[in-house]
Amino acid sequence: MIRLEGVTRRYGEKTAVDELSFEVAEGEVCVLIGPSGCGKTTTLRMINRLIEPTGGRILIEGRDIMSLPVEELRRGLGYVIQSIGLFPHLTVAGNISVVPRLLGWDKARMAARADELLRLVGLPPEAYRDKYPRQLSGGEAQRVGVARALAADPPVLLMDEPFGAVDPLNRERLQTEFARIQRELRKTVIFVTHDIDEAIRLADKIAIMRDGKLQQFASPEELLNHPANKFVHDFVGADRALKRLVRVKVSDVMRSPATVFANAGEIGFREAAGRRRFTYVLEPDGRLLGWIDTHDLDQGLSAEEAITLVDAGEASVGPDTSLRDALSRMLGLGFRSIAVTDDGCRLIGEVTFSSVEAAMAEGDEHIAAPAEADAG
Amino acid sequence: MTPHRRRNAALTVAGALAFAVLVSAPSLWEAALRPLFPQLRDVLMPRDTLATFVLQHLALVGISSGLTIVVGVPLGIWVTRVGGRDFRPFVVAATDLGQTFPPVAVLALAMPVLGFGFWPTIVALFIYGLFPVVSGTIAGIESVPAPVVDAARGMGMSPTQVLFRAELPLAARMILSGIRTSMAINIGTATVGAAIGTGGLGVPIIGGLAVQNMAYVLEGALPAALLAVLADAMLAQVEAAVTVRSD
Repeated sequence: MIRLEGVTRRYGEKTAVDELSFEVAEGEVCVLIGPSGCGKTTTLRMINRLIEPTGGRILIEGRDIMSLPVEELRRGLGYVIQSIGLFPHLTVAGNISVVPRLLGWDKARMAARADELLRLVGLPPEAYRDKYPRQLSGGEAQRVGVARALAADPPVLLMDEPFGAVDPLNRERLQTEFARIQRELRKTVIFVTHDIDEAIRLADKIAIMRDGKLQQFASPEELLNHPANKFVHDFVGADRALKRLVRVKVSDVMRSPATVFANAGEIGFREAAGRRRFTYVLEPDGRLLGWIDTHDLDQGLSAEEAITLVDAGEASVGPDTSLRDALSRMLGLGFRSIAVTDDGCRLIGEVTFSSVEAAMAEGDEHIAAPAEADAG
Repeated sequence: MTPHRRRNAALTVAGALAFAVLVSAPSLWEAALRPLFPQLRDVLMPRDTLATFVLQHLALVGISSGLTIVVGVPLGIWVTRVGGRDFRPFVVAATDLGQTFPPVAVLALAMPVLGFGFWPTIVALFIYGLFPVVSGTIAGIESVPAPVVDAARGMGMSPTQVLFRAELPLAARMILSGIRTSMAINIGTATVGAAIGTGGLGVPIIGGLAVQNMAYVLEGALPAALLAVLADAMLAQVEAAVTVRSD
């Protein structure tokens, strides 16, 4: 879909990007990452010709990007930068309609498209379409930025540190939403970041760069398990086992828990509790109410007394949560397992500490010290 | 339009109407100035009516400021483009020099070339008023956040579209405030044109100074001051209209 062949950019004596070659397949998210000054942003900006390469060539769907008029090329490549790139003099709908207007869409079609995209990024159109960027929070502005890039439905999205200016909590939310949107739309995405966690979370392929040179081009799993050289090994960090958990979703490892309905009565409770140490107690409609500990029943407490009530929002995770987040929730709450609930707080499974350990151990055999291919 | 802005617009229109009535009613001036200067034979310059002086003045200011805007804004834009960037220091220095040069001196220099009358004054006012417009335009365009321009280009706007859809709307306020400054200066400075027979509100001022008639001086100076205030208020309305959406 997008192929770079020996792409080079020189500034006088300095080489910002040096003989870069890789290929991103259709529908994949490719994250360019590396320390500042490694050439990742230059690479991105060469794809939409905001910077002209001094050597090599870039092909999109087999066509050399230099063969298209530059404006036409750019209108087919959605471009997302940090939220400050929104036009302050245009409303949210006006910002989203920039490219459609350039393409000459009629008003009704632009308005309908703006509303559709606002819904897609989770902003109710009635409340947001007439606001100005200054009236938005950082996270909202960033969502509008993504909506704007998607306006003309380009097959490719170029994203330059899109979530870099957002606080960590909102960044994680935006990442989750971006992953959801991407699952739905299957764009080919080139995404620049300096945040390795963000890269591991979102990427299908990661291109690690340093001093303009490609260090490794691989899937996140491959990168974590087989860093190509010492630089990659160090850049990924010592907590690679933990990072691998970012790639595993709760729904991949959850098991079905022991449950009992709150209205099962004393006998029902004792029967259910006999099977495992902890049993989840559910409302008749399946919503999580709490749990009972078999030890408490054994010590003569009545079923009523033995129930520990919980706030389902606090003490559970969603099926799309990463295993690392689930683990940190468990550690925070001091539990050996955590309930998995759907949007309606209904129990759908549980994740245990041992299943997290199993996921961590997977691939551990690969994590020996990497070969010292790179002396730096 | 907010109620606040509607009220300001109404006030400005009312001010303009009041001004028009005031300068076209000589008996009013006569009645006001006569008690102040009982010993003078004339309190209004007999050469022309006040309304004529005002109209001449408006023509001077209108044409010179019009030229200033038509030349100054494109000049300011040009030196922020890739092609004109190298000329920026030269243009800024030259327009700055134009303003430090006293208009009377410009008149004196323009006279041998353009002769007496209207056009030398227009040239002097044009040169004198250029700097605020050019520097306001440059400052306005340079105040546009770089990421906005980057996004505009990255989304596929042509250089002209970037200018008209992103840069100028955001720079409009500073460009207009440059024009405001330039016009206020112009209205005052245009009175010197009378020295070389251009007409306008400078005629009673300079004539009054020559014959020691302070009533004549007031007849020119008061409307000129009111005109400056009025023009400023009108441009403030335009400024408010174009910037209500931008910040």
